[in-house]
Amino acid sequence: MALDKQQLEEMYRRMCRIRYFEEAVIEIHSSGELIGPAHPYIGEEAVAVGACTALEDSDRIAGNHRSHGHPIAKGGDVKRAMAEILGKSDGFCKGKGGSMHLADFSIGILGESGIVASSVPIATGAALASKLGKKGFVSLVFFGDGASNQGACHESMNMAALWDLPIIFMCENNGYAITTSYRNSVSVEHVSDRASAYGMPGILVDGQDAIAVWEATTEAVRRARAGEGPTLIEAMTYRFEDHSLGLDRIRKSAYRSQEEVDEAMKRDPLKIHRAAMMTHAFSTELECDEIENTVRAEIAEAVEFARNSPFPEPGALFDDMWATPVKNTPVSQSTRR
Amino acid sequence: MPVKTYIQAIAEATIEEMERDESVFTMGEDLRQSVYGATAGLLERFGEDRVIDTPLSENGFFGAALGASLCGMRPIVETVTSFLWVGMDQLISQASKMRYMFGGQAELPVTFRIRMFYARGAAAHHSDRNYPIFMNTPGQKIICPTNAYDAKGLMKTAVRDNDVCLLFEDGIAISSRTEVPDNKDLPGGELLVPFGVANTVRAGSDVTVVGIAGGVQHALDAAKLLEPEGISLEVIDPRTLVPLDMETILKSVERTGRLVVVDPAHKMCSAASEIAATVAQDGFWSLQAPIQVVASEQVNVPYSPALEPLIYPTPEKVVAAVRAVLN
Ligand SMILES: Cc1ncc(C[n+]2csc(CCOP(=O)(O)OP(=O)(O)O)c2C)c(N)n1
Ligand SMILES: [Mg+2]
Repeated sequence: MALDKQQLEEMYRRMCRIRYFEEAVIEIHSSGELIGPAHPYIGEEAVAVGACTALEDSDRIAGNHRSHGHPIAKGGDVKRAMAEILGKSDGFCKGKGGSMHLADFSIGILGESGIVASSVPIATGAALASKLGKKGFVSLVFFGDGASNQGACHESMNMAALWDLPIIFMCENNGYAITTSYRNSVSVEHVSDRASAYGMPGILVDGQDAIAVWEATTEAVRRARAGEGPTLIEAMTYRFEDHSLGLDRIRKSAYRSQEEVDEAMKRDPLKIHRAAMMTHAFSTELECDEIENTVRAEIAEAVEFARNSPFPEPGALFDDMWATPVKNTPVSQSTRR
Repeated sequence: MPVKTYIQAIAEATIEEMERDESVFTMGEDLRQSVYGATAGLLERFGEDRVIDTPLSENGFFGAALGASLCGMRPIVETVTSFLWVGMDQLISQASKMRYMFGGQAELPVTFRIRMFYARGAAAHHSDRNYPIFMNTPGQKIICPTNAYDAKGLMKTAVRDNDVCLLFEDGIAISSRTEVPDNKDLPGGELLVPFGVANTVRAGSDVTVVGIAGGVQHALDAAKLLEPEGISLEVIDPRTLVPLDMETILKSVERTGRLVVVDPAHKMCSAASEIAATVAQDGFWSLQAPIQVVASEQVNVPYSPALEPLIYPTPEKVVAAVRAVLN
């Protein structure tokens, strides 16, 4: 392990940022302020943070509907993320994307996608651009165990391996696609077993351990930058909350037992990392508490910022449709009154 | 002025744009051997990295083209109308929506060159004319060149445009030959045709006939058939459906008072329906007769040569529609 104290603390800071951000979203949801659906990342923080710690700012990521953790782990501004979720004009996407579509291109976050597995080909294309244009960045895409069954995933992995693209396929196996267990939907023991079918390494890793995810990703990034091609990493994790906020009916259903949930929650990635910081970097309880307190204040500030941010003006409705607006592009073309 | 085929025009546009800008590259199935005719010699000229033969994975490589375009590349993707269905997730959920959904952060300079075969006994799975589907999903530019001149000029504009461009290469138009000037004889040294500007292919005074894609040729043929009777058709080719130059169409209808729209797509929710509806709403007081739409019948494309020709617009159907608006 080659992470120094500062890096380990930064990882913890980002994990806390995700956890408290999600807690705030849940609170906002219960107060009725949340506009659309949101999919909490609580329990899976080590995956995004472990992975993004292995990346440079110039590297690109793309993600899915469980969408808040990835951009925060990549360094996204929590104020603008929260404003986006509240549909405000200061959001990452000026209120046009919402919870499932956070994106900040300026720091390599090419966007989260509401259609399961749809961003996997996009991330593959980013890697293609890196290779063709000799741009040197790597691309990393987060997707679920459910998404791993989509054709888009298989097609992308084949192309990436065929062309030795600098991409990391990061499968967050949290055991379920809504209520369908991965045992009932994936034909092999592990998603990572499929890697051999494409001719790339498949790595199985403990997704509750941020350092383990960082280590696996670091090796995958090294391979990618060296032109050795893609890697499929399967991080075994667990979602501590409902599939999405507002799905109470599903929470009460029997698709996963209380014992199973309780057992999984014993392996809280934040606790695991806190302990690791103490072991490896001799961080003190006080130092850890200090990080938590700072992040709590940061999130409170983000919520405040988002609440105070104005909604977009009605005039913004037609903005941002076209990169090259020309005569008669629709919008200006609304001849039908 | 040299006369060129539509395919030659597309090939010239591709080569010129690839030479002009290193970030332009082509990808698709069987490009290197130029199975569809427009990519011959590209491999020798530009090398493997810029002329990519993809696996048979339309959804995957459409998406990869989009992703590459987000990171500074300008892909030209070659495919066929009927294969778009396989890549619909990327075409709709990503290509159409990404820019707006991300608040304008995404630029997606991808040109999809889409061969549109029909009326050649290929049956229902290989005869789609599906551009209207994309008129209903905001976010892409839809280009239907109907001659070699426009094919070259519109294609070059598409490659330089920073939005997703779907360029439909009509199977009827594709066999046409037209004069295409050499670059040295052009004022700016190259041929660029702007989007959103309709072309009045033939001036006339009695009836406005708007032709979409291969419909333009049927309209011109009908005009010739009616000429001896002293019936004068004004034939308009919108050239791009998004953006759509309704102004030129409405102005023409103001003069003629009569409109026929010819569209090889299926009739329901076609480009023709959109144009007819807009004229009915915004040009109603100019109209002296109900609008006529000549589009493909609302059935799937049958294989048998005894049946297939029955479904498409023909010059004769256009003539009948013209007579209807004149009575
Ligand atoms: C193409 C598609 N099908 C179905 C859905 C509905 N849906 C949303 S999330 C989800 C489960 C995804 O499971 P997984 O990929 O494992 O991600 P997780 O939610 O577990 O993080 C489904 C079925 C969708 N959004 N997109
Ligand atoms: Mg899952």
